[in-house]
Amino acid sequence: MLRAALSLLALPLAGAAEEPTQKPESPGEPPPGLELFRWQWHEVEAPYLVALWILVASLAKIVFHLSRKVTSLVPESCLLILLGLVLGGIVLAVAKKAEYQLEPGTFFLFLLPPIVLDSGYFMPSRLFFDNLGAILTYAVVGTLWNAFTTGAALWGLQQAGLVAPRVQAGLLDFLLFGSLISAVDPVAVLAVFEEVHVNETLFIIVFGESLLNDAVTVVLYKVCNSFVEMGSANVQATDYLKGVASLFVVSLGGAAVGLVFAFLLALTTRFTKRVRIIEPLLVFLLAYAAYLTAEMASLSAILAVTMCGLGCKKYVEANISHKSRTTVKYTMKTLASCAETVIFMLLGISAVDSSKWAWDSGLVLGTLIFILFFRALGVVLQTWVLNQFRLVPLDKIDQVVMSYGGLRGAVAFALVILLDRTKVPAKDYFVATTIVVVFFTVIVQGLTIKPLVKWLKVKRSEHHKPTLNQELHEHTFDHILAAVEDVVGHHGYHYWRDRWEQFDKKYLSQLLMRRSAYRIRDQIWDVYYRLNIRDAISFVDQGGHVLSSTGLTLPSMPSRNSVAETSVTNLLRESGSGACLDLQVIDTVRSGRDREDAVMHHLLCGGLYKPRRRYKASCSRHFISEDAQERQDKEVFQQNMKRRLESFKSTKHNICFTKSKPRPRKTGRRKDGVANAEATNGKHRGLGFQDTAAVILTVESEEEEEESDSSETEKEDDEGIIFVARATSEVLQEGKVSGSLEVCPSPRIIPPSPTCAEKELPWKSGQGDLAVYVSSETTKIVPVDMQTGWNQSISSLESLASPPCNQAPILTCLPPHPRGTEEPQVPLHLPSDPRSSFAFPPSLAKAGRSRSESSADLPQQQELQPLMGHKDHTHLSPGTATSHWCIQFNRGSRL
Amino acid sequence: MGSRSSHAAVIPDGDSIRRETGFSQASLLRLHHRFRALDRNKKGYLSRMDLQQIGALAVNPLGDRIIESFFPDGSQRVDFPGFVRVLAHFRPVEDEDTETQDPKKPEPLNSRRNKLHCEFVRTCTNAFQLYDLDRDGKISRHEMLQVLRLMVGVQVTEEQLENIADRTVQEADEDGDGAVSFVEFTKSLEKMDVEQKMSIRILK
Repeated sequence: MLRAALSLLALPLAGAAEEPTQKPESPGEPPPGLELFRWQWHEVEAPYLVALWILVASLAKIVFHLSRKVTSLVPESCLLILLGLVLGGIVLAVAKKAEYQLEPGTFFLFLLPPIVLDSGYFMPSRLFFDNLGAILTYAVVGTLWNAFTTGAALWGLQQAGLVAPRVQAGLLDFLLFGSLISAVDPVAVLAVFEEVHVNETLFIIVFGESLLNDAVTVVLYKVCNSFVEMGSANVQATDYLKGVASLFVVSLGGAAVGLVFAFLLALTTRFTKRVRIIEPLLVFLLAYAAYLTAEMASLSAILAVTMCGLGCKKYVEANISHKSRTTVKYTMKTLASCAETVIFMLLGISAVDSSKWAWDSGLVLGTLIFILFFRALGVVLQTWVLNQFRLVPLDKIDQVVMSYGGLRGAVAFALVILLDRTKVPAKDYFVATTIVVVFFTVIVQGLTIKPLVKWLKVKRSEHHKPTLNQELHEHTFDHILAAVEDVVGHHGYHYWRDRWEQFDKKYLSQLLMRRSAYRIRDQIWDVYYRLNIRDAISFVDQGGHVLSSTGLTLPSMPSRNSVAETSVTNLLRESGSGACLDLQVIDTVRSGRDREDAVMHHLLCGGLYKPRRRYKASCSRHFISEDAQERQDKEVFQQNMKRRLESFKSTKHNICFTKSKPRPRKTGRRKDGVANAEATNGKHRGLGFQDTAAVILTVESEEEEEESDSSETEKEDDEGIIFVARATSEVLQEGKVSGSLEVCPSPRIIPPSPTCAEKELPWKSGQGDLAVYVSSETTKIVPVDMQTGWNQSISSLESLASPPCNQAPILTCLPPHPRGTEEPQVPLHLPSDPRSSFAFPPSLAKAGRSRSESSADLPQQQELQPLMGHKDHTHLSPGTATSHWCIQFNRGSRL
Repeated sequence: MGSRSSHAAVIPDGDSIRRETGFSQASLLRLHHRFRALDRNKKGYLSRMDLQQIGALAVNPLGDRIIESFFPDGSQRVDFPGFVRVLAHFRPVEDEDTETQDPKKPEPLNSRRNKLHCEFVRTCTNAFQLYDLDRDGKISRHEMLQVLRLMVGVQVTEEQLENIADRTVQEADEDGDGAVSFVEFTKSLEKMDVEQKMSIRILK
């Protein structure tokens, strides 16, 4: 029967698709007996048709969206149903037979799960649980109410003689019909409400109801169906009890299955760090397994998948990589949209098949009126009860939208198709009625709900960007409310949520999240992170030019100190972004060329991007390597973002800085003196550089994964290193000095203005441990110089000059660093740490003349040479004034 | 009913408290009951210790601050009216109030809006005080950092925390003084339905 249609629908396309494959064969002279042309339609028929239908649906979608006007007025679901009707008509006319209908099996096993998974996974869980009471009421009580009243009213209608007598149905049949027609359909609701944008509460209530009522629908349907099959006479009282009990079994069982799979899923993704590529697959597989398992046990499969998605999201999102997250998101949306499209189209096609249905005006009209009426009545009654308990009552407008938004859809249709005609003689009438109801709700109500919402001025959802304040305040409020509930002694919603969150934090998250993910898992931090990324993106979008800020770095000291240039923003942006931090620090006494070299170097390393490199052609099935373009883009992005962040950080320090303005001059003078002193000792000067100890810190947030990821990250990072030289030294003497100061003897580089501002900068405070700087995005090499006496004198200045600071100074204990290490024997290259590699700036290396030849000019240096290894940081001495050269480069992997 | 009125008599100044705070008789009774349960030695007032005894409050990151809010101006004890007055901040908005109290007002909608606005400001004040420790009418970066430290917990490093604090202050700070004033604070809350989020149903 498929063949007939194929010849007309699929042939042209199929032929077109196969032609290219034949051509290569044709030139060769085929020996006799070998077919030149073999038509193997049957081997590919089924998948081919599936693909074809999806293609048709997708193309239709594209066509619909060509016109903005149409889609803004008419919901897509309507258009698809209409398209389905047309296509169905064509198929019917051509094949003389209805083809390609919505099969219940296909629907429940393949089309429904993606939609439900999508909605469960992306359900705003907070909102959902906040409104859980209302949602459950509407889903359970509302659906029961709808089913019984509709069924009973229809039966009454029949008793009254308004339904033609040829509809042979008893009370049970009508109840069965009522149970399948009463449930609000998630697919239809989602399709329509997504375009309407009502406020979140309203949406979550209607949508949550449509998801959760599945359990009730399934139970009612099954119970009624079995009652009908048993015959009303054989139904015992215990059967009713069993029916009630099965409601709990089905719903709670379904939810339990979902949660178990959510647990498994979260647990599995905890261990996927080496096989990132299968993470998205796991999400889909386990969710689908949850669906099938629930279906197998005849529990509520929709509930299972919803709970699975809802439950696993938090942990899965934390565990899987960023790319996997994107993949999951897009794949899920694609599948859901695809399934939805196909469902509506097939619904349209199925309606054409007149052999399936029989029309009875009384039944159809009666059903339409009753479902609308009872839905509205039910909503009003339940809302009235709910409003007694709700903090924010649902007003009348909400109720209207809720009543009107009770759309019926494919679930009802699939269920009615599943009826057994021998047991339910009126099946054909029911099918017709269901089709009409579905079409009416989707098309008429779907079309009118948008104007209605506009007309009633329903509160729309305001989509505003998350702000840190908001996030913070929301958390604070939660805690405040929980605390107040404690004080009042009422264990209410907030109390239990607080409890749950504590439990989750203590046990569940620890169990289900990888340690690294768990550690950085914090919503406020998340928002912060996202905001920064967004800022960075918008900054890049606005054409934030990388070199523009670098340009500012060229002016020499005097201009720096001029009033105009002292804006901390500028200074910090420059120093922070590493573009030019050490400009004015360059020793003026020394040869001009050195200085120029240093300037140029810093300018270049800060402002220029890495040259493109050839990449190993790696085709791994397990890792996706980015292409060069992507890398370059990422690099641009990172630099811009960093600059952005720095400027952002810096703005707050304005006041601080102006107070300490006089300082740079002073320190500068002192520095000159010292520099001169140093200059007299050329050797010492050369050494200065060697005694810098480097600490290489890999600061990926996922430290735990360093080992395993090392190969990967190396691959990713070695070319794209942006290194940013940055002077971040501190004088941190316990209890005494709160200020910080930078002294970098060997290149004689002093950062512009070591002020309170800098001290407060985060990378400094993070250096408490061995100058261990931990941030999620950067890796640093921190060479440390020691100049005790020098620093002490500076520190006295510092204490004078640095403005009072609210905060207690962050005290660092640096590990012992014998001063003996100031000898030049420290090897330049310690390839001890292969994963983060770094080349010291060539010009700087030149400054340390004694050894520049060995390293400075090596081209590879730019890429891979680890300057100093981990071990070096053990040389730092405690309590001595230290100056750090922080060289940081980005790790792209986080972005 | 009889037992009720006898209970009500137990509450000193029950009526005036009710008028002042807007609590219903039932919830006032309930609160009084709770008050006496918290008051271990039947002192007639609560000390900080009494409130610190509440187990769940000890784990609440903001627990200390909540307790502090019961003891304004550094006093050591809070009596029942004071107790109720603090809790009244968390009473949900009631529409009926406006209708019954101001029947003459021509626009009930407007009055409700006014009422809501008052409520909003009241809630904001309440929340603001939890941030503003030194009571200078501004949330400084330092104060923000303290709150964040309480809220965020150990997973985020100190410097990240500082970044967040900076950003948070900057986000709300409109006049560029490096601190969040009350006006700025309310503005950042405007989009949040605070008056709904900051009330507890049971305290009707």
